[in-house]
Amino acid sequence: MRLRIHGGRLIDPSSGHDAVGELWIEDGLILSLGRAPRGLKADESFDARGLVVAPGFVDLGSHLRDPGFEHKATVVREARAAAASGFTTVCCTPDTDPVIDNAAVVEHITKRAADAGGARVLCLGALTVGLEGQVLSAMHALKAAGVVGLTNLERAIKDTAVLKHALAYAASAELTVFLQPEDYWLGRQGQIHEGAVSTRLGIPGIPAAAEVIAVHRDLTLAAAADARVHFCRISAADSVKPIADARRRGQAVSADVSLAHLSFTVDDIGHYDPNFYVRPPLRAASDRSALRKAVKAGAIDAISAGHEPHDGDAKAAPFGVTEPGMSTFDTFLPALLAQVAAGAFDLPTALAAASTRPHQILGRDGGRLVPGSVADLTLFDPACQWQANAETLHSSGLNTPYLNQTLTGRVVATLVGGQWAYRNSSPV
Amino acid sequence: MQYDIEALIHTMAEQLQTRLVAAGISSPALVGIRTGGVWVAERLRAHLGLAEPLGELNIAFYRDDFSRIGIHPTVEPSVLPFDVDGRDLILVDDILYTGRTVRAAMNEIFDYGRPRSIQLVVLFDRSGRELPIEAQVVGAHLSLQPGEHAKLTGPSSLSLEIHRARA
Amino acid sequence: MSAADIQLDDQGRLRHFIAIEGLPRALLTQILDNAERFAPVGDRTVKKVPLLRGRTVANLFFEPSTRTRTTFDLAAKRLSADVLNLNIEASSTKKGESLADTLRNLEAMQCDMFVVRHQVSGAAHFIAQQVAPYISVINGGDGRHEHPTQGMLDAFTIRRHKQDFTRLKIAIVGDVAHSRVARSNIQALKILGVPDLRVVGPKTLIPPAIDAMGVTVYDDLDEGIRDCDVVITLRLQQERMQSALLPSAHEYFREYGLTADRMRLAAPDAIVMHPGPINRGVEIDSAVADGAQSVILQQVTYGIAVRMAVMAMILGSQAQAGAA
Repeated sequence: MRLRIHGGRLIDPSSGHDAVGELWIEDGLILSLGRAPRGLKADESFDARGLVVAPGFVDLGSHLRDPGFEHKATVVREARAAAASGFTTVCCTPDTDPVIDNAAVVEHITKRAADAGGARVLCLGALTVGLEGQVLSAMHALKAAGVVGLTNLERAIKDTAVLKHALAYAASAELTVFLQPEDYWLGRQGQIHEGAVSTRLGIPGIPAAAEVIAVHRDLTLAAAADARVHFCRISAADSVKPIADARRRGQAVSADVSLAHLSFTVDDIGHYDPNFYVRPPLRAASDRSALRKAVKAGAIDAISAGHEPHDGDAKAAPFGVTEPGMSTFDTFLPALLAQVAAGAFDLPTALAAASTRPHQILGRDGGRLVPGSVADLTLFDPACQWQANAETLHSSGLNTPYLNQTLTGRVVATLVGGQWAYRNSSPV
Repeated sequence: MQYDIEALIHTMAEQLQTRLVAAGISSPALVGIRTGGVWVAERLRAHLGLAEPLGELNIAFYRDDFSRIGIHPTVEPSVLPFDVDGRDLILVDDILYTGRTVRAAMNEIFDYGRPRSIQLVVLFDRSGRELPIEAQVVGAHLSLQPGEHAKLTGPSSLSLEIHRARA
Repeated sequence: MSAADIQLDDQGRLRHFIAIEGLPRALLTQILDNAERFAPVGDRTVKKVPLLRGRTVANLFFEPSTRTRTTFDLAAKRLSADVLNLNIEASSTKKGESLADTLRNLEAMQCDMFVVRHQVSGAAHFIAQQVAPYISVINGGDGRHEHPTQGMLDAFTIRRHKQDFTRLKIAIVGDVAHSRVARSNIQALKILGVPDLRVVGPKTLIPPAIDAMGVTVYDDLDEGIRDCDVVITLRLQQERMQSALLPSAHEYFREYGLTADRMRLAAPDAIVMHPGPINRGVEIDSAVADGAQSVILQQVTYGIAVRMAVMAMILGSQAQAGAA
């Protein structure tokens, strides 16, 4: 099976290649980039004129809700929604029921995802049993089952000794620990960024210090344990420097920011719009601008979707008693292009942060358009305008602030391992 | 038609005095309905030589058209500066039309207490009654065409304006 | 979306009363003026006007409060409305019924107005967005957000005593961080033009960046109330000691309790207010609470007239919108 994609703008953030040309794929791998290989015939040709052809996106923390919360979302539907949104790999978070703290759950999810035929679904295992922050999970068994990392998500570990041990044990199991840094005591009662908005609305605040303190603590513990850590969803300006400093010292550390935190601030909550309730909280405009700069400079490696689909009831309540999280797969590309259009960073930087860097963080092939690399690709029309609504969104989560808005940029097709994982049947 | 309103009120005062004497009422209390009724009541009070201050009713809270037009943006509340229990009241309005205003005024009076009697005095009586209410003393009867509306202007010099409602 | 958007109809009339934030000064003045008209009703033999006869007001209290519920109850009854008191905390939500479901059920009882008290900030706002268009919502206090009728009755009390808002120095003393009353007071008094508005308390009880609401922060009581025309003291909840915001009620009283000695620093004709219930010897000394400068009981009385005014205005604009 040999596929020829022609006429598209090929962008490879790993090499800086950015030109219109042909891309050939054979047996799931990239065969050639730029020109047609001599003397070969394609089995299939795809006309990509007007489209960008880029390595597929990776989400380092997708809440797929399955098993346990199938009323919110299922692995099958979300894996397909991910592919339809340009993702070729998503990392399923362990906050399922049962929690991903044993091999059986990993197998269950992996099997369902394989049947879906959408994006690749990799599992993040729980760092502690039941995500309860007390007992270490069976990390070696999880690794053998195929998890790509361990995390306790937003459920901050109260006991610093447990965290220290967990990092050390993960280091000996050679697994990356994905940390969402937050001091338990400063974060536990809060819901939004502490500042003028939390004061005016009377919503308990989470100070930026809750995150910054945890970043410093976690870096210190990780360095001592020689653990590889990845910080998820950095939200505060002051978290950037300690991470960059640690990396400069040679520590194995990486970080991502969610696209929502690059797009919105605490002011967008307006009067209690629960679609803007996320953890960590959306912060001030000064934090957002520092995070954009950090992505541009490479101090923050990756941009994640942090997809959290919810059922309608989860958000149909007063702000403080709704469930946090935003459904972000479907709007990822337009929101990313909006950052580029606003001048936050250029398109190759955006694609590197959405694809190349997260592939490297996961230690997996992909994220580049070079011969021999896996053919995980997305093809998108950067100018196509469409309306986000219940009909057009692929995810079952309609909890997005973009609902009923017109967005620019649409995924036309996605290839996973050289196979079509998504093809837009009704191009606009 | 032009009316000499001061002369009308003078005549009304005389009729009222006669009725009061006949009824054996020696100490009546005057209550005017805002705003035109208060102007007329002030003049009657002078004619009758009553020392006690007027009661003034703002029937905004008693109107039966709240469900159509909401709360009226008037400012002055009702003031009844005397105990209405057992009193003989003279209720004064400028124009008696449907009778709804007088109905509302009597309801409000009864929320202050139980008067011994109420006499109704109006400057003008026009057709169009929707409730079984009649005045005991009337200054003049107006005959208006359908669609015509009368309004008393004041307070220093009282005069009657007749408007044709726009179709 | 601003708070005013959901509260006003397309004619600028009051449709819900959720928060004072964002309302025009003219509307607040109209509420105060209407309250003046309703105030005398309480002095009559029959303390009732038939304005809202046939209307049904449901008091939905998701959080217990005898005092606030009673004044709303009385206000509705003085307008001749039928009143339904529902203590929802004790019933449906405990059984796992969602708030949205509870609202559907209450709508089926065909009420015209919900008075809502809820422990979560933004609850009244949410309910106003959810209910059928023929139902109006009055916020009887939501979390730490606002308690707008309390804000208006405090403004009414101040206007009765001090007339012109634009010359006043007013201090709000105590647990501002956890107080919806303080937030509504600040919003109302800023909109009404008070030029010198202060919040006074230890830094643990003053929320961050509150100066963005137009107030000056003092952590010294003597400095904070100096030359003030009005001193509003806030209730201090016992929980504040347990959550390490304060060492003890005793120390709080020594540093921030309003005593007769301290009141001498305020303007000689200053008035003292408190939203109740009072903790004597914690935030205020009995000699001040019961003294000549205290208008605390007047606040309760005026609260009925202010709530009557708000209910009549809202149901009046509902009626007008329906007739149009």
